[in-house]
This record gives sequence, structure tokens and C-alpha cells, in this order.
Amino acid sequence: MLSDNKIEKIEQHVNLLKDKPGALLPLMHAIQDDIGYIPEESYEPISKALSLSVAEVHGFVTFYHHFRTKPSGKHILQICRAESCQSMGSENIESYCKEKLGIDYHETTEDQLITLEPVYCLGNCACSPAVMIDDEVIGRVTEDKIDDLIQEAKK
Amino acid sequence: MTNFKIYVPRDSSAISLGAEKVFKAIKNEASNRGIKIEIIRNGSRGLFWLETMVEVETPQGRVAYGPVNPTDVSSMFDKEFYLGKKHPLSLGVTSEIKWLKNQERLTYARVGITDPVSLKDYETHDGFKGLRKALNLKPQKIVDEVTDSGLRGRGGAAFPTGIKWQTVLNAPSEKKYIVCNADEGDSGTFSDRMIMENDPFVLIEGMIIAGLAVGADQGYIYLRSEYPNAQAILNEAINIAQQNGFLGKNILNSKFSFNLEVTRAAGAYICGEETSLLESLEGKRGLVRYKPPLPAIEGLYGKPTAVNNVISLATIPIILDKGSKFYADFGMGRSKGTLPIQLAGNIKQTGLVEKAFGITLRELLYDFGGGSATGKKIKAVQVGGPLGAFLPEEQFDTPLDYEKFSEINAVVGHGGIVAFDETIDMSKLARYSFEFCAIESCGKCTPCRIGSTRGMEVIDKIKGGIDQEKNVAVLRDLGETMVHGSLCAMGGMTPFPVISALNFFPKDFGLETNET
Repeated sequence: MLSDNKIEKIEQHVNLLKDKPGALLPLMHAIQDDIGYIPEESYEPISKALSLSVAEVHGFVTFYHHFRTKPSGKHILQICRAESCQSMGSENIESYCKEKLGIDYHETTEDQLITLEPVYCLGNCACSPAVMIDDEVIGRVTEDKIDDLIQEAKK
Repeated sequence: MTNFKIYVPRDSSAISLGAEKVFKAIKNEASNRGIKIEIIRNGSRGLFWLETMVEVETPQGRVAYGPVNPTDVSSMFDKEFYLGKKHPLSLGVTSEIKWLKNQERLTYARVGITDPVSLKDYETHDGFKGLRKALNLKPQKIVDEVTDSGLRGRGGAAFPTGIKWQTVLNAPSEKKYIVCNADEGDSGTFSDRMIMENDPFVLIEGMIIAGLAVGADQGYIYLRSEYPNAQAILNEAINIAQQNGFLGKNILNSKFSFNLEVTRAAGAYICGEETSLLESLEGKRGLVRYKPPLPAIEGLYGKPTAVNNVISLATIPIILDKGSKFYADFGMGRSKGTLPIQLAGNIKQTGLVEKAFGITLRELLYDFGGGSATGKKIKAVQVGGPLGAFLPEEQFDTPLDYEKFSEINAVVGHGGIVAFDETIDMSKLARYSFEFCAIESCGKCTPCRIGSTRGMEVIDKIKGGIDQEKNVAVLRDLGETMVHGSLCAMGGMTPFPVISALNFFPKDFGLETNET
């Protein structure tokens, strides 16, 4: 069950954006930015407000990699898997992160601190390999830099 | 006494290498030493192996230092770098750095020089001159200028921008749209991001001119969600443009009105395909549409829509300002003008090189790039993103030109070049191409949706030594099916990297050369 607080927040975003053309995209961003994910319980009120079926809302959310239907950890660590980063050894960074955090992609550490996600290009290809923690991009990543990131996240 | 002017970039890549920390270190050191400085957060010059590159204004022009780490700052102050004096990290007068001097920066004329969100800086450096001219021209004349310039879509499809605009102009409708495709998802590309972060007004100006040319009053920038910094800078620039009469009602007291908005995408590569992008903007799953109808006739919400890439739109102002002939005089054959090329991956001197079409890959990789970052031999390069072919050494003398690339089954695409050294396993990259296609396919057409997964399996079989001859034939056949049977370039081009890897590097697939 969603808390009253979350329901209220979702309703506010729906009311604010429902009449905007193409409302679903900015609306889902607003909800996820605010409460960290898009609860499935929100599909029904959204579908009613936008005259869509629940299936359409579900289909929309699940189409896009960016949207989550479950809460994430406190921080999201995205590792670029694209070609440019591969050319500079991103595979080693991937396996180092997975081993260090003890999780695979799309999983969250037990202490709910870090969620690990793959990403296909951060536009930082001149400084490969690259990762992004929350909104911060880090270039020419090494295992030491990953250690620092995790240390910083623990603070 | 006037303050010393110091420049520290705010570009994402510079920040990813520590520009923010360098900025703080300079600020603190100056304050501790009681030295009065003014720090300007400029864009990046695009020499990423030298970032963080700090510049200082001197009577001889701007001089550069790099790559600067926060720990270098104290010694730079000891040597009085703020007076432009020598330091082990000195790079000399910035505009004289060979790497920059040998470029032809037209679209990128201001990038790295100006403060991205300073309207004054923008106008001092020829900003809004193109728009001011366009406001005195008839729409047809604006479209003619663009057509005559020879500008082709820089997003990758290379369709003539002028012809697209002509179609939108001719389409009768009360409502039309300009949509900027800023869903720059190709690996090895960052030229859109650099324009948006480092010279956002040029994109805004290009979009206003596009609106004026085709009769649209609303523009959207569909921006990938992986670019939060670009989003913040664009929104800041749009607000400033609005407050100063460049956006909104009656632009510069003319009869023309134009509104512009940034829409944040949600991490789907396929939404870089224009019809998928339009679906997404309408608040739907990004499923590719059938064509026809073309978006120019029935686009966003069924209305005539010009969908253009960031670089195409950002090139419009200089074409209007200096004339179509000025632009068309650069380049070769039917590839007119310049291309902002991105050197990425395993290259020593990575960064942004804007050159007229015609430069060869070899010149780019070795003269500008300085060879591989690891010092090993460059085995292959991928040009034009994840759907572009892999090119082996023997093709490095191909000049960058849409037609010349097409002749060797390759694409220029968005101008991204990713280099790989000899340690790379090309069969792994080929398998990854299919994997990426499987993850990112919109699922509408069968060749792309199913073919991508079957392709991975076939490569695994070949590598596992199972019926190699038969499976190579299956792989080639699958490639043909995807090229000819897919609805869009996602499935239609995924075989390019796969088959080129197979053709040029059969050994990596565990094949004897004669078996292919």
C-alpha cells in the first residue's frame, strides 16, 4: 500500500500536468524525480486523469529504461557499456563494480545504498570509460575511482 | 587594478575529469593569497586529453594550461599563471595550439571561447546575426539559402535539410512544429551535447529560424535523460532568450512568435529515430511509425513537423549570417560544409574536430588523434555509432564523405569515431551489436525484434565451432533479412557492424579466412 503522502504527491503532479500535450512523459519524470520510482498503484489514477487504459500506462512505463517501478537505493550508479567505453576496458570496471558491491545490474545493495544500472552512452566518449553516479559523470574511470565513489556514497 | 580573467570550463566531460574541483581550488587559492580574479565558466575547447584546461586572458590573447589537476593549482599561483607566465603545464596561446588551429570551426565557432549562458558574449561573437537577417527574408528565401548551402542532416541520415524544410513549408496547416532531435544515443558521439552545454543560444537561434522558415510557432527539444547538465544549461538559456525578446511573442518586435520547450526523454535508444521520437513526445511508447506519411507532412500530433538534429539546427545561423555560398565552399562532392567529428574510445588525443568534409580517417586518427591511447596498433574503428560498420586499417584512407563511405558499405552518421586497439575481439563487438539491438528494439517489426536475439545465438554457435560453414551462411542470410525487412535503421543497420567484423576479422570468430 502506498502511503497517503505519496498518493497526495502523485495527485498533485497529475493535476499539474494532465492537460499538457504529451503529458505522460513529463508526468512520469515528475513522479520519479519526486518519490524515486513510479508505483504501480499510480497507474489507475493516472489512466483516469488522462483518459487512457491502465495497460497503456503500464506499457508506457515499462517501455523506457529510465523509469523504475520499484524504489532504488540511495544512489544510482550507472556504468556505460557502449563501444567507446568497451574500447577502454569498461568490462573490467563492470565486473569490479559487481564484485565490490556484491550485486548484478538492476539490483540494489543490501544496505539500500547503491543501485547498479547499465547505461548505453553518457556522451563522455572522449573520456572513456565513464560512469555516472546520480547526476554526476566521471570520466577515465579506474578501480581506485570506483573505490572513492563508493566511499563517498557511504558518507 | 582590474581582476585577472581566468577561464575554467563547465562542460560535462571537463567536469567528469575534475573541472569543478579545479574551479574551487583556484577560487580558494586566489582568496588565500589575496589575488583578485574573475573566473568565467566557459565551454570546453574540446581537447579532452588536456582537460581540465584553464585559460587566462593576457595582452597576447588567451593562454592555456592543461591538463590541470587540483593539486597543480598552488604551483600555478607560485609561477603567477594569472599573468600568463610559464608553468610546466603551459600550452601557450590557445588559438595557436596546432590541434585547434588546423580545424575549420563554423558550427563550433564560439564553443569554448564564450560563457555559454552569457547573451552578451553570444552577441559579441556574431550571435543572432543570422536571425536578424532571416527576420527580413520571406520564408521561401530562408529555405532557399538552406537548400543552396548543401546542408544535410547531421544526425546521421544525411537528408538535405533544405528539402525537408521545403516540404514542411509547402504543407498547408495552421499548426506546424519544429522538433530538435537531441536524443544523441550513439556511442562515440558527443557533439550535440557539447553544443547544448557550450553554446546553447546557437541551437535556440537555429530553431527560431527554422520556425520562421516553415511557419511553425512551437519548438521542442527532445533531450536524452542522460544529459542533466545540458538540460539545466538549455533551460537557463531559453529563459534568458525569453526575457530578452528572442523567444515568445513578437520576436525582436516582429510579427513572428515562437515558443521553445525542452522535453526530457527516458533512456530509449530507439527514440533517436524520428517517428519513434514523435510518438514519445506525444506521451506514448516509442514505437516506430510506418513511412509514409513523412513527419514533414504528418508529424507531431499529425501536423507538419520539421525534425532536425542539434548540429543541423546549430549550423543554420552561420548559413543565414554568411550566406549559403560561404558554407557550400567547404567540403567535397555532395558533402558540403563541415562536420564536427568526435574522436573517441582508444585514441590518445580525443576530442572535437570540426573539419570540412574530405579529411581522411588516417589524418583524423593519427594527425589529430595521435594514435591509440594504449600505444598499441589501432585494429579497427567504428564510424557513425553502434549501427556503423567497423573499418580495418586498409580503409583508413577513405575520405570523410557521405558517398565515399556509402561505397564501402559504411556510414558517416553523426560523425563519431571510436577506435579499438589490437587487444579487442571483434566477434565480441559483433555479438554486442546484436545484444544492443535486442535491448533497444522497439519490438514493432519481426526482423529487428527476433533477428537480434537469433543473431547472438548464431555468433555463439560459430564461436563454439558448431557447423561453422552453415552458421556463417545463416548469419549472412539473417543480415540480409534484417537490412531489407526492418522498419527502421535500428534493425536495418545492425548487420553493418556484424558483417563488417565477420568480413574483415574472421579469425576473431574462430574461422579460417577461406571459410568466409
